Amino acid sequence: MKVWHFSEMAYPQAWDEGYQRGTFRVTVPNSHYDPKTGADVYHRHYDEFQLCDELGINIMLNEHHSTLTCTNAAVTVSGSILARITKNVRILLLGTPIANRPDPIRVAEEMAMIDVISRGRLEMGLVKGAPYEIAPANMNPARLMDRFWEAHDLILKAMSTHDGPFNWESENYHYRQVNIWPRPWQQPHPPVWITALSPNSGRAIAERGHVAAALLSGGIAAGMFNAYRERAAEQGWAAPNDRFAYCVLVGVGNTEEEGRRRADQVAGYVRTSPIVSEPFKNPPGYNPVPANVAMLKAGPTQSVARVQTVDGRTIDPTKASVQEFMDSRTVFAGTPDQVFEQIKTFNEEVGGFGHLIIMGQGGTLSYEETCANLKLFADEVMPRLKEIKMPENRYGELAERNAAAGAAD
Amino acid sequence: MMLPLEPYPGGDFHGMMTALKGALVMDLDTKRVEVSGVGIDLVDIGDGPALLYLHGGRGHFGFAPFLQALAKSNRVIAPWLPGFGHSDLPRAYNAIDDLAYFGLDLVDEMKLNDVSVVGAGFGGWVAAEMAIRSTRNLKNLSLIGALGVKFADHLTREIADIHAMLPDQIDRTLYADPDRYRLDTTGMSESDLTAVVRMGEAAVLFGWKPYMHNPRLRRWLHRIDIPTLVLWGEKDAMVSPDYGRQYADAIPGARFEMVAGAGHYPGLEQPDATAALLAGFTAGAA
Repeated sequence: MKVWHFSEMAYPQAWDEGYQRGTFRVTVPNSHYDPKTGADVYHRHYDEFQLCDELGINIMLNEHHSTLTCTNAAVTVSGSILARITKNVRILLLGTPIANRPDPIRVAEEMAMIDVISRGRLEMGLVKGAPYEIAPANMNPARLMDRFWEAHDLILKAMSTHDGPFNWESENYHYRQVNIWPRPWQQPHPPVWITALSPNSGRAIAERGHVAAALLSGGIAAGMFNAYRERAAEQGWAAPNDRFAYCVLVGVGNTEEEGRRRADQVAGYVRTSPIVSEPFKNPPGYNPVPANVAMLKAGPTQSVARVQTVDGRTIDPTKASVQEFMDSRTVFAGTPDQVFEQIKTFNEEVGGFGHLIIMGQGGTLSYEETCANLKLFADEVMPRLKEIKMPENRYGELAERNAAAGAAD
Repeated sequence: MMLPLEPYPGGDFHGMMTALKGALVMDLDTKRVEVSGVGIDLVDIGDGPALLYLHGGRGHFGFAPFLQALAKSNRVIAPWLPGFGHSDLPRAYNAIDDLAYFGLDLVDEMKLNDVSVVGAGFGGWVAAEMAIRSTRNLKNLSLIGALGVKFADHLTREIADIHAMLPDQIDRTLYADPDRYRLDTTGMSESDLTAVVRMGEAAVLFGWKPYMHNPRLRRWLHRIDIPTLVLWGEKDAMVSPDYGRQYADAIPGARFEMVAGAGHYPGLEQPDATAALLAGFTAGAA
């Protein structure tokens, strides 16, 4: 099991303003952002990521826009810096919201550069992006996923074509001389990751064989991974566990109390992240028609999306306790032993997974506390992960049968 | 060619109308037809000179009294535009041009020679886009609270961004009397809710960026060479009456009139007064 560390590089200095306005996104004026404080925020997080490089924890970055919860507005900017100042670990950018980018070739160029600068350490996340990313990007929410898959195809073709230029004139993108320099270090292209919520998305990712990542909800992970495994088996291959990633908030301490206290601060991320003013939560076209019909039927929308615990309770992520977050598998917390056991249990619950993305920093957790959190995890939890036995792939037989049938054709 | 099709299994048009409250409840004959190769729902009522009505962003929801009033002196043809309600949305459609050519095909295929075209809100935008392309079979044009044009500079938002508004703000933007006319989805059937959701999605597909307008439309409005009436709700906060006056000024010989006690949808809030103004214009203008 590979371990990754992730932080959104939040700006908690302005969170009071977010609470007052009832939104942490889109409409809070940036007069509430002080660039001098902001510089310190970036630098401390880069220091934390350098520590990860020493500890052997891989790095994950993401991006959000117009928000107080994530000041990393361009994943490739921080990704470039880390490509140069780290030496050992892999760098996952999860990810670039490619359907919100007018120019996929630019994305391919930036990724190829980072892959070369890091000497082949890039993992390339291509994401749909949250609904509230539509407003800052002002891209059409209708047919977003059509654009997503078209940009995906174009980026991979641009990276893996070496006898260019080639022509690409389609509904959404128009190029007549595609021929990127540099080409990526990794051939045919850096590994591709996609985040997903639904079983349908899991199936779509399985059809391309990419890594599927679930975030912050055990229920979502279990359903999506299962759909991926089934679709892979239908196509005649047994999806190995390195196709599955899960991102979880982690607080580990020398005592249970210390671990939970750290997790409580990291959870500032999940407690603020869903607070978004109504109009930007679900632009028309972002979700499929039946899903929107179901939401209308349910009546006036809840102010924030709820999260399910493993025993079927729903919790409000803006107010939930560490224990409640542990019950929804949003948080692993406690002593190293306790956190290890939680990872082991979760691994069983989702049928196995190969990438554990820990959010070892979030909310107001300080630099010192973050370093302590990461070190303890690296020293006391990480070495034991190889003890974890992977469950058998329940679609293994189906995969074999289909592979045999395919070979016989 | 216009072909009658089998009743649309997903379409519960009558159910939709009965879901509306109070005086708005009314049945309208709707048929499934094929126009320009697209399966659509279409209201075709009344006798007299042909009048093509193109709906706005809430489709025909609540507009039965208005269509009935128009049908007193006209044959009223009121399609659900592609992607709206239960009308099909061809995968290839992705710009307002597609709806404009669709509308012109409809006029041709239904042999509506000398038709009065009336467009409201988003449908007014479609009607203007049709008229700059061809007025060959059009007798006259009426635009009610029409979207589609950019008059002001790039820092001035003329078309309200309802996609950045809370529900209450949207209602105050669209209606003179929001309490009475807001679109209430409580208790609607699954089929009607589907129609509502599809409408929202279609409006966005055609009108997200540039927002509810075509930057090229303004410079071709001079091509409209038929009598034109520009009607505006005096309480329209989606696009102001001042915007409406500029619309009228940009179309040669166009007349501007205001409807009292109405917001963005005069046909909804003042069906009789609006229909009377239109009847007077379409009868006299030719």
